[in-house]
Order: sequence, then structure tokens, then C-alpha cells
Amino acid sequence: MKQFIRIASGQGFWGDLVDAPYQQVTGGPVDYLVMDYLAEVTMSILQKQKRKNPSLGYARDLVTQLERILPILAEKGIKVITNGGGVNPIACRDAILAVAAAHGIRNLKVGVVMGDDILDRIDQLRERGAELRNMESGDTLATVRDRLLSANVYFGAAPIVEALRQGADIVITGRTTDTGLTLAPMIHEFGWSLSDWNKMAAGTVAGHILECGAQSTGGNFLGDWKSVPDMARIGFPIAEAHPDGTVYITKHESYGGLVSVATVSEQLLYEIGDPAMYITPDCIADFTSIHLAQEGENRVRVSGITGKPATDSYKVSMSYLDGFSAFGTLTYAWPEALEKARAADAILRARLDALGLEFQEIRTEFVGLNSCHGPLAPIPDEINELVLRIGVRSASYEAVERFGREIAPLILTGPPSVTGFAGGRPKPSEVVAYWPALLTKSLVEAEVIVEGIG
Amino acid sequence: MAQIKIRLIEIAHARSGDKGDAANVGVIARRPEYYPILMKELTTDRVKRHFEGICLGEVDRYELPNLLALNFILHNTLGGGGTVSLKNDAQGKTLSSAMLRMELVIEEEALSPKP
Repeated sequence: MKQFIRIASGQGFWGDLVDAPYQQVTGGPVDYLVMDYLAEVTMSILQKQKRKNPSLGYARDLVTQLERILPILAEKGIKVITNGGGVNPIACRDAILAVAAAHGIRNLKVGVVMGDDILDRIDQLRERGAELRNMESGDTLATVRDRLLSANVYFGAAPIVEALRQGADIVITGRTTDTGLTLAPMIHEFGWSLSDWNKMAAGTVAGHILECGAQSTGGNFLGDWKSVPDMARIGFPIAEAHPDGTVYITKHESYGGLVSVATVSEQLLYEIGDPAMYITPDCIADFTSIHLAQEGENRVRVSGITGKPATDSYKVSMSYLDGFSAFGTLTYAWPEALEKARAADAILRARLDALGLEFQEIRTEFVGLNSCHGPLAPIPDEINELVLRIGVRSASYEAVERFGREIAPLILTGPPSVTGFAGGRPKPSEVVAYWPALLTKSLVEAEVIVEGIG
Repeated sequence: MAQIKIRLIEIAHARSGDKGDAANVGVIARRPEYYPILMKELTTDRVKRHFEGICLGEVDRYELPNLLALNFILHNTLGGGGTVSLKNDAQGKTLSSAMLRMELVIEEEALSPKP
């Protein structure tokens, strides 16, 4: 058994720094590269792409990023684990194998985790007793069944471990938990039992620290953001994992950023609910048991973590079509910028009202004044300029489309000193709403396929 | 004992994100001796009042003493959740700094480390 393994985070979301994976595999020693591409909204975008073209539906960035680093991975024996397969992991694998073949890469095995996409099996699963009620509202699935765009089970680390056991150099998954990507190599390398709950929790916490990329190495850091060195060349986090479950968070020395108790603490608190009950398919991790210690420059020890048995359900992430929305903006300049923007808003609302259009919501915000902190933000005495931002949402495409045509006329038929209408008419876009649910684990099974080129 | 008025940002930092239509705001004491101040001052009622007009639902509070932190869940805050919301900050990313605007009146000696 290795004394420890180094797991490097290469992407925190689809659209993250393009060069990060290359920097992680060349900046110093690492054993695994984990790349998280999937946010909840991403699945529905990928599903739409796949509907238009059956060979798409995965994070295409992944293929170009891998193309660049494949020779380095082979030379250094670095394995890759990623959920960039989206809703079409097989097509993603084929694209990677094609790129590898074109570069003369040999002895590459790619593992694919399938079975998370249950969109085509929804009714069959409902017949077998799956209610798939909305976890937040308690509503029954029937209310949105005919508008579903995607439905994916969050698998945990186990199927990835199986792919690694079968010798995969690269593991591509669909909707897997972000934390499972990091936990899996620890289970594989250290031979951890899947029911060693403290170890599962330790690896899960490490995964939570890595899953948002540079958000744990000084990115988006509110503590003392100006103290983060060389943010232009920010390094992504690396988890140095030990067999007893202790993990050290660090980064390559040659890059910028900051790994401190404060930066790691902020990431630990990101998007969590009850910290004693961080629920994943692998375990329940207790974040109140975490001990952090600064062990050196850019080196934080994470230890003492306790866990509890996993629940008997998977979380399912579904999305459905929920009408249309559009946003329009106009910029008003001094003097009386706020009064003008307010008047323009009132005029627009009156015109929409006179047209008899129905909206679920019309929301007005003044960017530069209160669009972030709302009523908490005090209004300054004199405002140089202000962006009026109006958003509408409606079940009716026509209503949203007409709203888009009512914005531009405000320039010649509303308050003065107005500009900033460069983007053209706002066009309606589909609103994709999120439907979280639970599914009994015994009703679905992950499928692992490992294939390669010799 | 002298009382002084401070802003929360002087003694804490924070990070926020979305959980459906709820936002979470994690608040971390900048020094161990500030944690008791957070524990005492940041009650659910106080946080709910601070976010009046933004948080339309209940506020839950969880304690993480090991991390010198409190985690708040602000229910019914994001205008329907990330993908549906018409808000500029649809995912509540800036609610962390909004939390830190809070003004506190505390004992002056609570800010200095005990001998």
C-alpha cells in the first residue's frame, strides 16, 4: 500500500479555468486528477444538446483538456476521475479514445459508470413504488411528469472504485456526487471497507474541499481576499490522503493562491445544510467533528472526522420545463439616475399591463444600487449612473417575447440620459426548474464498463 | 463597562451558496475569542430581522465550534431557486457579505484576548 496518495482537483465546474488540469499534472507530483463538471442546471443543458445531436451531451471541454495532457498522464501514471460524461458518458469515452488513438497513446483503459440516467425508466420505476416526490415541496411527480427534461441518480464512490479495480486509467461518470470522485481513489488505494463510516466521511470531507476547485485555495475568499498571493496564477487544491483518513490540503508551490485554515473553513461551509448530517450515498459525514490545523505554508491538516451509516436512498436530480423568462437592461445617467430608472420601470409595467399580458413574476433591480443586498443596501446621496434590470417569467412564450419588444422603445419614449441597450432585443429562454427527490437504492444499479486501446 | 459598535465583518468572514430556494450563509470567527460573540449575537431572530425583505421564510442555525463557525439556512430567499430566479444574485453568492454588514453593540473587552 502507498504511504499516501495525492489527489488533485482540475475543474470546479463546467466553464472553469481551461489550463488548470494541465497545471495540476505538470506542477508537481500527483497520483489522481479529479474533475467536477456537473452542476444541477448543467444536466438539463446537456440533455438538450443530446436531443439535438445524439453524439453530444457531455462536457466537451473535457476532451480537449485530456487531449493536451494524455501523454503526461501516461508518462507519470496519473489516473483521471471525472463526472464530465454528463448524460452521454459512452460518447464521451469514444471521443477520448479517438483522441488517444490519434496521438498514438497505447495501453489506455477507460472506465464508464452508467445507469444514473433514469429519464426513460421513470414510469417503470413509479410502477415499482418509487414516488419521486419533490424533497422540498412534497409535491407529487405527476404535476411535472410531462415536462421532465432530465432525471439522474447521484451515485457515490462505489462504481468508480469498481472501475479502478478493473484497471481503468480514466473513469468517466454521469451524475456522480462531487465528493465521490475524491473518495473513490482513497477506497481503492487503501482498501477501505465501504462500511468504515469514519473513513468514508473523511474522504467525503476531502471531496467537499476539492469539489469547487480554487474556492478552497483563495478563490472567492472573503476572509482577507487581498492577502491571497498571485491570484492570476491561482493553484488548484491537492488532497494528500493517508490510509488512516487524515488528509492534508495543499497546492503546487509554483502557483499562486493560499491554503489556510480560513480558506479551507470557508469552503467547508459552502452549500451545506445541517453540518452534522452531510448526506451522500457513501455515508453521513459529521462536519462538526472536523479538526483543521495549519501544518506549514499552504498546508492544512484535516482530521478527526466521524461518519454514520449511509441511508437507503439515492438523491435524484430532475429538471423540468417551467415556462419562459427574459431580462432587459437600460443604463440611466446623472442627474436623478434612480428617479429616472424608477420612472422607466413604472412606464414599462403600465404598458405591459395595458397589453393584458400575464406574468408569473416581474422583478426590477437597480444594478449598482441594491441588486445584491436588496433593502440592506443604503441609498447614496448622488448616483452617477444606474443599470435598470427587469426580468419577467411567464408560462406564455408570447408574453415574454412581447416584453422584449417593449424595452427598446423606452429609449425614445421614456426618461432622458439613457443608454446601454447594445445587446439587441431580449429573447425568451426556457426556464428549467429543479426537482430533487429520493429513490430507494435497491431500485437502481450502476453499470461499470471498462474498455481500452492496446 | 464600555460598549462599542462594530460591524460583523470586523470579527468574522463568511461564505454563502444556494440550496434550492434556500440560501446557506456560513459565518466564521476571525479569532477564537470572537466565537462566543457570534454565538451570543447571531440568533435566528436577529439574522431573520437583518435579512428582512430578502429572506421570506424561516432561519435555521447550526453550530460548528471546531471551525469557530455558525451555519445559517435562510429559507425562501432566492426567488424560486437558482435556475428559476429572476434575481441578479440568483444563487445567493453575495449574501455572505450582506450578512457581514450587520452592526453589533458589544462589550469593548470582548474584542481583546484574555490575559
